[in-house]
Amino acid sequence: MSMFVRAFVVATAVVLGPVVIGPTAHASEAPQPPAQNWSFDGFFGTFDRASAHRGFTVYKQICSSCHAMELVAYRNLADLGFSAEQITAIAEAGEVEDGPNDEGDMFMRPAMAADRFVSPFPNEQASRAANNGAYPPDLSLITKARLGGANYIYAVLTGYKEEPPHGVELMPGMYYNEYFAGHQIAMAPPLADGAVDFEDGTEATVSQMAHDVTTFLAWTAEPRMEERKRLGVKVLLFLIVFTGLLYALKRKIWQDVH
Amino acid sequence: MEEKTWKNPTIAWIDRRMPVFTMMHHDLVDYPTPRNLNYWWNFGSLAGIALTIMIVSGIVLAMNYVPHVDHAFESVERIMRDVNYGWLMRYLHMNGASFFFIVVYIHIFRGLYYGSYKPPRELLWMIGVIILLAMMATAFMGYVLPWGQMSFWGAKVITNLFSAIPLVGESIVTWLWGGFAVDQPTLNRFFSLHYLLPFVIFGLVFLHLVALHTSKSNNPLGIDVKGPQDTIPFTPYYTIKDAFGLGVFLIAYLGFVFFAPDFFGEPDNYIKANPMQTPPHIVPEWYFLPFYAILRAMTFEIWFITAKLGGVILMFGSVLILLALPWLDRSPVRSGRFRPIFKIFFWLFVVDCVLLGMVGARPPEGVWVMIGQAATAFYFAFFIIILPLLSVLERPRPLPASINTAVTRSGAGAPAMGAAE
Repeated sequence: MSMFVRAFVVATAVVLGPVVIGPTAHASEAPQPPAQNWSFDGFFGTFDRASAHRGFTVYKQICSSCHAMELVAYRNLADLGFSAEQITAIAEAGEVEDGPNDEGDMFMRPAMAADRFVSPFPNEQASRAANNGAYPPDLSLITKARLGGANYIYAVLTGYKEEPPHGVELMPGMYYNEYFAGHQIAMAPPLADGAVDFEDGTEATVSQMAHDVTTFLAWTAEPRMEERKRLGVKVLLFLIVFTGLLYALKRKIWQDVH
Repeated sequence: MEEKTWKNPTIAWIDRRMPVFTMMHHDLVDYPTPRNLNYWWNFGSLAGIALTIMIVSGIVLAMNYVPHVDHAFESVERIMRDVNYGWLMRYLHMNGASFFFIVVYIHIFRGLYYGSYKPPRELLWMIGVIILLAMMATAFMGYVLPWGQMSFWGAKVITNLFSAIPLVGESIVTWLWGGFAVDQPTLNRFFSLHYLLPFVIFGLVFLHLVALHTSKSNNPLGIDVKGPQDTIPFTPYYTIKDAFGLGVFLIAYLGFVFFAPDFFGEPDNYIKANPMQTPPHIVPEWYFLPFYAILRAMTFEIWFITAKLGGVILMFGSVLILLALPWLDRSPVRSGRFRPIFKIFFWLFVVDCVLLGMVGARPPEGVWVMIGQAATAFYFAFFIIILPLLSVLERPRPLPASINTAVTRSGAGAPAMGAAE
């Protein structure tokens, strides 16, 4: 290898460097969220179904009272192993506007599997009015839409401190959170030990609920992730073997030139 | 050109009336190629393949995308969730943009190091610079289409640059937007142009190849081909070498597509565009960061030129100056291998571009402002001062007599080769 090659490899690494390093400089005001152990990490990662089910319970009973999830349909829950009957039952708890009917009137009907998750508020203004002026963001893509992804969501859910550190003055209606940018968050601590009852008997501690709901939210952000990784492993294995063959062929063809 | 006879009667019939098969044979099989091209020469064909991947995946995406401010973001997510293999097409296209730029940047630096812009290849190089400009426009407009926060605010910041033009600036911006804000007309025309420009690039690539096959490939020694002993036919030698390079490229590219598809992206672009809420840090995609740093390097005005206008001039100038490169570097020696001082400055220039990228990724605060200005100064000094001076002052090393003597066993031990490595 010539010096040129080596130097270029180093240069390319440095070029890609700022992409990784760049954003962390912005987030310096809040500490780096610690890395958790996620079932969906790694080359063969999948969504832990039991955890995602519990996470759905947390979302349903706690998060969904303020946060919308407009990109996910009830029918999508089948991916997590919910049965058609369960999905219908979950959907029917919500009401959506439909119509016009034959008389030309709009009417309300129970939601169906094909409907998107029913939002808690009709629009952003209503949401702000009910939430002290703050707007709880849509959660469909939340693990992709925040730096740090799932680790960040877990960190914020578990990062509340009852008393702010000395010298920090909280605005009225705000809460102190170690991992939220600026540390002042309008969302009251959403989780408390025993806030939900898990059907499978798992103890509903704050960290357990945070872990489970984050797993569920990672699924809503990218429901096709398992399909992507499964296909990716096959494609890359094929390419590695095929490229090896191409290299052997290249050596063979070129042997009379050198 | 030697007359090629075709065994297949149909092909022979067509070829007699329209010699496309003879042309293809001439340019893809017989094409005499220097025997000493190294792997840096793979990136040209890789760029062509990357363009093809982008066009194919883009056409499929356009079948499902809705260019409307109320539906664009949702339609992209529908592609990700409900369209069969939509997620794959979307990730191929998204990461394809990054890999297209990686490949093209390496291709450009290769041309710079080996002097591929020097006579008789000036026009070949200049067409390449125009392709780069068209790529940048295409990438910028494509990034706006998903209508995320960074799409919207990036579009706003970049189109607003034109307001720096004296007198007519504001009118130009209104004209570009199709209104008084980045809105539906902007998104609609960006979609139209984003679909058009890749085909313009395709045409430019064709011209690039016509120019290449007229003056023929440069090579790592930078000396002219002296006769048939210096060349080998493109097929099978370079078709197999390019195929192997493509395999390596696909492993890297698809590795990101399947296992880190959001690595190059900004999380903010998974938030739907909100004209009422500015993101805390508006940053372009990584491939624009060096130019973004040059844009922001101008923090002061000169005479009647405002800081903003100065930044815009420098940013466009940083690409356009490449058009003049064949006349800025007058050294008769092409390859950096035989130019000891040029070689040092070339690597400083590479480091400078990386540094500009790092500056572009950060908020313009503190020491980074100064670093950005120094790096911008060096960027232009490299072209305007260093290269013209080196053309006169540098004493190049002696060139080998021919490609054949320098790279084959019979020619091994030629003094120039030893000095080069």
